[in-house]
Amino acid sequence: MKFTLGWLKEHLETDASLEEITDKLTMLGLEVDGVTDPAAALAPFKVAYVIEAKQHPNADRLRVCRVQTADGEVQVVCGAPNARTGMKGVFAPEGTFIPGSGMTLKPAEIRGEASSGMLVSERELELSEDHDGIIDLTDLDPEVGTPFADVLGLNDPMIEIGLTPNRGDCAGIRGIARDLAAAGLGTLKPGPYASNVPGGFASPINVHLEAGDACPMFVGRYIRGVKNGPSPAWLQQRLKAIGLRPISALVDITNYFTMDRARPLHVFDADKVHGDIHVRFAKSGEKLEALDGRTYTADDTMCMVADEQVGEAFGGIMGGEPSGCSEETVNVFVESAWFDPVRTAATGRKLGIHSDARYRFERGVDPQSLVSGAEAAAAMIMELCGGEASELVIAGTEPSWQRSFEFRPARVEELTGVDVAKAEARQTLEALGFTWHEGCLGIQVAPPSWRPDVHGEADLVEEVIRVHGYDAIPITPLPRLTSLPQPAVTESQARRPRSRRALASRGLLEAVTFSFLPKAQAAKFGGGEDALSLINPISAELDQMRPSILPNLLDAAARNRNQGQRSAGMFEVGPQYRDTSHTGQDLMATGLRWGLAGPRHWAEAQRSVDAFDAKADALAALEAAGAPVGNAQISAEAPSWYHPGQSGSIRLGKVVLATFGTLHPAILRDYDIDGAAVGFECFLDRIPMPRAKGGKSRPLLKVEALLPVERDFAFLVDTGVSADALARAARQADKVMIVDVAVFDVYTGKGVPDGQKSLALSVTYQPRDATLTDEQIEALGAKVVAVVEKATGGMLRG
Amino acid sequence: MAIAIDQLRADLLAQVEAAGSTAALDDVRVSALGRKGVITDQMKTLGQLPPDERRAAGQAFNALKDEVAEALETRKAGLEAAELEARLANERIDVTLPVRPQPDGRLHPLMQTWDELVAIFGEMGFVVAEGPDIEDDWHNFTALNIPEEHPARQEMDTFYLREDADGHRPVLRTHTSPVQIRTMLSQKPPIRIIVPGRTFRSDHDATHSPMFHQVEGLVIDEATHMGHLKGTLIEFCRAFFGVQDLPVRFRNSHFPFTEPSAEVDIGCSRKDGGLTIGAGDDWLEILGSGMVHPKVLEYCGIDSTKYQGWAFGMGIERIAMLKYGIPDLRTMYDSDLRWLKHYGFAPLDVPSLLGGLAR
Repeated sequence: MKFTLGWLKEHLETDASLEEITDKLTMLGLEVDGVTDPAAALAPFKVAYVIEAKQHPNADRLRVCRVQTADGEVQVVCGAPNARTGMKGVFAPEGTFIPGSGMTLKPAEIRGEASSGMLVSERELELSEDHDGIIDLTDLDPEVGTPFADVLGLNDPMIEIGLTPNRGDCAGIRGIARDLAAAGLGTLKPGPYASNVPGGFASPINVHLEAGDACPMFVGRYIRGVKNGPSPAWLQQRLKAIGLRPISALVDITNYFTMDRARPLHVFDADKVHGDIHVRFAKSGEKLEALDGRTYTADDTMCMVADEQVGEAFGGIMGGEPSGCSEETVNVFVESAWFDPVRTAATGRKLGIHSDARYRFERGVDPQSLVSGAEAAAAMIMELCGGEASELVIAGTEPSWQRSFEFRPARVEELTGVDVAKAEARQTLEALGFTWHEGCLGIQVAPPSWRPDVHGEADLVEEVIRVHGYDAIPITPLPRLTSLPQPAVTESQARRPRSRRALASRGLLEAVTFSFLPKAQAAKFGGGEDALSLINPISAELDQMRPSILPNLLDAAARNRNQGQRSAGMFEVGPQYRDTSHTGQDLMATGLRWGLAGPRHWAEAQRSVDAFDAKADALAALEAAGAPVGNAQISAEAPSWYHPGQSGSIRLGKVVLATFGTLHPAILRDYDIDGAAVGFECFLDRIPMPRAKGGKSRPLLKVEALLPVERDFAFLVDTGVSADALARAARQADKVMIVDVAVFDVYTGKGVPDGQKSLALSVTYQPRDATLTDEQIEALGAKVVAVVEKATGGMLRG
Repeated sequence: MAIAIDQLRADLLAQVEAAGSTAALDDVRVSALGRKGVITDQMKTLGQLPPDERRAAGQAFNALKDEVAEALETRKAGLEAAELEARLANERIDVTLPVRPQPDGRLHPLMQTWDELVAIFGEMGFVVAEGPDIEDDWHNFTALNIPEEHPARQEMDTFYLREDADGHRPVLRTHTSPVQIRTMLSQKPPIRIIVPGRTFRSDHDATHSPMFHQVEGLVIDEATHMGHLKGTLIEFCRAFFGVQDLPVRFRNSHFPFTEPSAEVDIGCSRKDGGLTIGAGDDWLEILGSGMVHPKVLEYCGIDSTKYQGWAFGMGIERIAMLKYGIPDLRTMYDSDLRWLKHYGFAPLDVPSLLGGLAR
């Protein structure tokens, strides 16, 4: 919403400065987005009088002028041919920035004569290209010291406010003036065109309302014998100042009232209207060429202002070209109507028309403004275009707007902490147009017709406090609930930061990627179902909720590889989506590594990342998040996007906590990644909650007095036998004495038959009461060999 | 005899002196003092001497033995020191070589900011609440006093999912506010929560992303008012930006779910195209807030004649960009490794008010 200070002052008697006004507007909830002051750049330039201009003693083309300025007499050396004694010009003192030359004026001596400031040309002010002489205001004879902007009439700053959707009343300058007056920045004036115009005849055009609630009331007025043409300069200037293009007097008048009092009007060329006006629903497929020159197709939910043959205007949105006014228009029919906000908004959206009328109707036009609007329009049309007005045609009745609410003045302090006196609250509300009724049952306050946004006591409190001023709201510390803060996150919420920090500490970079991705990619990661497709995606690239974070990381990896990042790792802790239910999203810690496991280094051999890097990442994330990874089992099953022979799951019983492994070559090909890439996906929500009992106390440390004994074994087993199975078997050999089994070597090749591998175990025995004898150690070894052989078929390697 | 001992002493000490290594020295020791060594041999002959000479000779040999032993020890220490020195000289490494590669991961500034929010509001007694990204109309709009066909529903540029068999059309939540609703429905006042999370709006340009993050705050009890809202948010802004005298301005605004409503600005200065947070000549809007609308309380089954409360919401990206000088919103989601390393945080930098919020 744009307006100028001058226009505002037609409704507001005020001495307040521009800055006071804009500050107050912002604090009132009418946030000032910007102020354009055409006078600001011209502020230092003021009218001055040349007392005497005499020839420069040392230069033929220069004159030495004694100049009377607002701040006293100065001497100026001037090269302009028109500089002469007794003229009035525009003076810029020292220190002024001259826009036309880009220079800032400094004191100077020109050929031996001191010169202070400058008499300027139009080009120096960028007003025109004229540089033949200095600006000559002698004929206008303004007073010395008058700002030049005032002389030019460029003294009306334009203010733009960002209007919140509730304040339809402030889509008119009068509403803004009313708010400022209520807030003590002046008094509200009656405003222009406030008197009624008597009708001289009955309108030949009648109005029939056939669209129910879509248009409950329509006031029309026929004006005959008008002469349309360009509107007067003051009106054109006013519209131009807020960015509207003047069109013709009749159109400019409707725009004027749209802006002046949020009262959109329409003027039909009455001679192009066939018979009476019918406000009806559009027929599906009905076409109308609107005033913006484009043809729109209506549907049967839209309100159409029609004549007896065709639709003439989209009600509340835009008029039609066929019945629009032109220079030749002689008779007009003025529409001052009320259209339903919801339907207007819906129609406007469907048509894609953003008009000043729609902007106001969808926010709610004052239902009491129809008659006054038709009167004001008639008065202005007759003033600018002549003609004779008919009696009013009033169809329908005002939509109901009267209502009132209980107001307890104490609620202001209860809700805002500010004690506002009852008298002040009353004064504020009445200044805003509310009606105060104090009876034995308390206070009832009724909002005015132009405030459809007010629906209860809380709204009344807001009116009182915003006018009183938010600065008065006390800064009150929030009382503590406990003397020391309690944890802000639950155990399960803490998994998110803990896993993130664990993964970052393993060298991975944290990414944040979109929750959506292309449907085709989703399908390759177990998703892509229609239920999780967006029906209005931003683009086809972002049309499906992600079933996994991996495709987003793969996409990012491909982009980074193209920038030369051939080896790196990333992770994201965030949601993935199973279904649309409220429990259908899983919190994941998902990561990806690609290329080499580390940079080239003088002391370390290079290797590619492999499934064990991903496994280690997954275990670290799970452990940090509180999973009992020591009890977890590893199995070789993983989803289809992993390499079937180089991937696995980390499980607790049947619950899969994570999957990990080398990514499937077919997937990598999709992302144009050659070389190794491994990933992992941890389901953080599946981690069992720690037992609540027992507090944070840990079991007592039991230190064995006797040294443990380590013995190594190498077994030949079939290649299909897992290291885990072998180690677990060995451990079973003696659950008391054997405290650790570690696989430390895997070997195939010379000396190992085809189809077999050699697995080397280090088994630790812990003597309990007495040192183990050689015989006891031998016996334990034999037990290990026997149990392993029975469980896995593994034979001790000779 | 005395001459023989003197000669022997001179020979042995010369041998000790001549030994060039600890091994050679040990040979000398064996040949002098060993079981078959020369001194030992000589001492075995003492028994053949007459008793009066035997005593003197014995003493002389013992003295010789001690003297040689001491010379051996001295020489040994010297040789060992020299050998150690030689070995160490030989073991010299180039300490300017780079260390073995260390993991050097980084946390995303957005997620770090999330942790900072939890740290600050946690100190003020707020606990974190969460809710689903895929919401229904009722939680996302209706219960927040945004009725069907209200223009705000359109202005929020909602993403919709396909209608299910029951005719329900899920939405991607346009704000974190539905979690207010879920919390009020499931808990009794007093309530004091913050809700960080993903939000979605159908907007994609230089300053809008179809996915972004918000943090929501909600306080409900019997007496909390706008003064508490103001006190809380001023404390938050000053702690978060680390500017103790940061000006904070509350001004009237409008949101369907709060009444009265306020937008909150912080002070800043814009000079030479830069932006500095702090006392200055300008204001920067950073969040929206207000007293919870009585209708919202009633939708949640909370008696609005007994309880009242306030709520606020802000964009996490926006405050992170302002605090950390990140110029472009879109780079947040680009996963560009160079960007993540530059703007990221070390994993051990856990934000806390006592330990320091950010380095």
